[in-house]
Amino acid sequence: MTKRDLPALSIIELRDFLRRGEISPSETLQALEERIDAVDPEIGAYLVHDFATAMAEAEKTDVSLPLGGIPIAIKDLINVEGQQCTCASKILRGYRAPYSATVIEKLRGHGAIPFGRMNMDEFAMGSSTENSSVQVTRNPWDLSRVPGGSSGGSAAAVAADIAFGALGTDTGGSIRQPAALSGIVGFKPSYGRVSRFGLVAFASSLDQIGPLTKTVHDSALLMNAIAGHDSHDSTSLNAPVPDYTKNLGRDLKGIRIGLPKEYMIEGVDPAVKSAVIAAVKQLGELGAEIIEVSLPHTDYAISVYYILATAEASANLARFDGVRYGHRAENVSSLFDHYARTRAEGFGAEVKRRIILGTYVLSSGYYDAYYLRAQKVRELIRQDFVREFEKVEALVSPTSPSPAFKLGEKTTDPLQMYLADIFTNAANLAGICGISVPCGFAQSKNGKTLPIGLQLLGKALDEARIFQIAHAYEQSTDWHKARPVIEPIAA
Amino acid sequence: MASELDVAYVAQLARLRLTADETKLFQKQLGDVLKYAEKLKEVNVEGVEAAAHAVPIFNVFRADDPCDWFTAAEALSNAPRQANNLFIVTKVVE
Repeated sequence: MTKRDLPALSIIELRDFLRRGEISPSETLQALEERIDAVDPEIGAYLVHDFATAMAEAEKTDVSLPLGGIPIAIKDLINVEGQQCTCASKILRGYRAPYSATVIEKLRGHGAIPFGRMNMDEFAMGSSTENSSVQVTRNPWDLSRVPGGSSGGSAAAVAADIAFGALGTDTGGSIRQPAALSGIVGFKPSYGRVSRFGLVAFASSLDQIGPLTKTVHDSALLMNAIAGHDSHDSTSLNAPVPDYTKNLGRDLKGIRIGLPKEYMIEGVDPAVKSAVIAAVKQLGELGAEIIEVSLPHTDYAISVYYILATAEASANLARFDGVRYGHRAENVSSLFDHYARTRAEGFGAEVKRRIILGTYVLSSGYYDAYYLRAQKVRELIRQDFVREFEKVEALVSPTSPSPAFKLGEKTTDPLQMYLADIFTNAANLAGICGISVPCGFAQSKNGKTLPIGLQLLGKALDEARIFQIAHAYEQSTDWHKARPVIEPIAA
Repeated sequence: MASELDVAYVAQLARLRLTADETKLFQKQLGDVLKYAEKLKEVNVEGVEAAAHAVPIFNVFRADDPCDWFTAAEALSNAPRQANNLFIVTKVVE
């Protein structure tokens, strides 16, 4: 292996090289930095990365730890003390985190080095990373397409071999969908499994931090580091954390996997449909029993999601008032003017839209019709899952109804953008865990190969089982081994 | 229900100054979203308890022990305006 090839390694592979002393953490960072310099101008995944600080950390790291010396890229809404944390929003430009999130402390406790601040949709609101106020992130498989979102910078970086692994957040699919569109593995933990302390809140009853990686094994390894109870997050679950790698390598005999009939709907891209059907067949050949199941409230998930998520967002984003941190309007004429102009100048269009929608569904006269009703339908959606999980250990579906779409294709029609989350929203509403793994490719009209993701959903706190199934599937295919050839768009 | 959304009024409630163009655009776009959400009316929710969280957790207490937290300097480290270890706010009382 040459230093040039080093960034292409998985975390497990890199860990073995580091432990054998064949490469050092500093050499690893150096090689990564060189590749970022060469490739990221085309991709736009990193908002910033502080090489000198990471090098100082690399020199002190203990490579015998589970993630010793491994750089991990961080979505720009998770606080790392001393680094920027802007949520890709103008309102937080220049903000420096005065403390670190629990997940960062935990990663460091396992020897990892937080390295780089990854682009995202502003405040994680979006499915394409086009809502970043800073820059465009391009899909490494086709630079004219989106990487998915909102964790698009994290996903594109891992896909382009400019990050070994990354942390993202998933409120309605923001880890799984970009992982699918970028051809990597994305994992959303059960609600409460990972501490949200130090994560800038978007929708507090839905947000979870999780890993984006090249393989399922890497994903399980990162979950081993970040999962667990935290007294700083009152919604974190006080349940034991198993070793998520313990089931890897087990076969699928006796495992029942449900195929929700509501998920094979019209509007799913034919290439996605055939890839998922082939993957389900493959799961059967690996020993799993495939059972058709029904989630009758599926059709309501997007409506429920966009009412509840915007309601929570409108409350969470009330803190951006231009007093304690962030942008503040100049020369204001009154207190109202101070607030209204500070927020108008600081927030982008999608954030404003969601604040308006969220404020409306919570406002007097509409609360019962929208917010309260949505909460009740949320309960029915949750019950659908509880009932079907008595019959099966996991559910399988496409992650996204289509492969990566073109930059600009959906930006003028928010509803079309929201519909991109159709298969992922419900897991957040129900608080269950889910993963996206590569399961094939579609050929685009412009001759590009575009990745397709398979979603596996599991019961709350049953992540070890989902890793087992996803790993068995992944290891029986070659999809995860394919890497994009990054070709600049002809001028 | 969708036609009742008055974006200009809600923007006041949310302390957001919108331009005339933004107001018009959001009125149309959010009208479409609310129209799509109309389908929630079909669902029979009688007797269903509203779920604020997917995982019901109630009354989480922590030990009532003092611990270190931000110093004033740390809390003020991102303040757009400050003086004498305090945040400067816009005049509230006329």
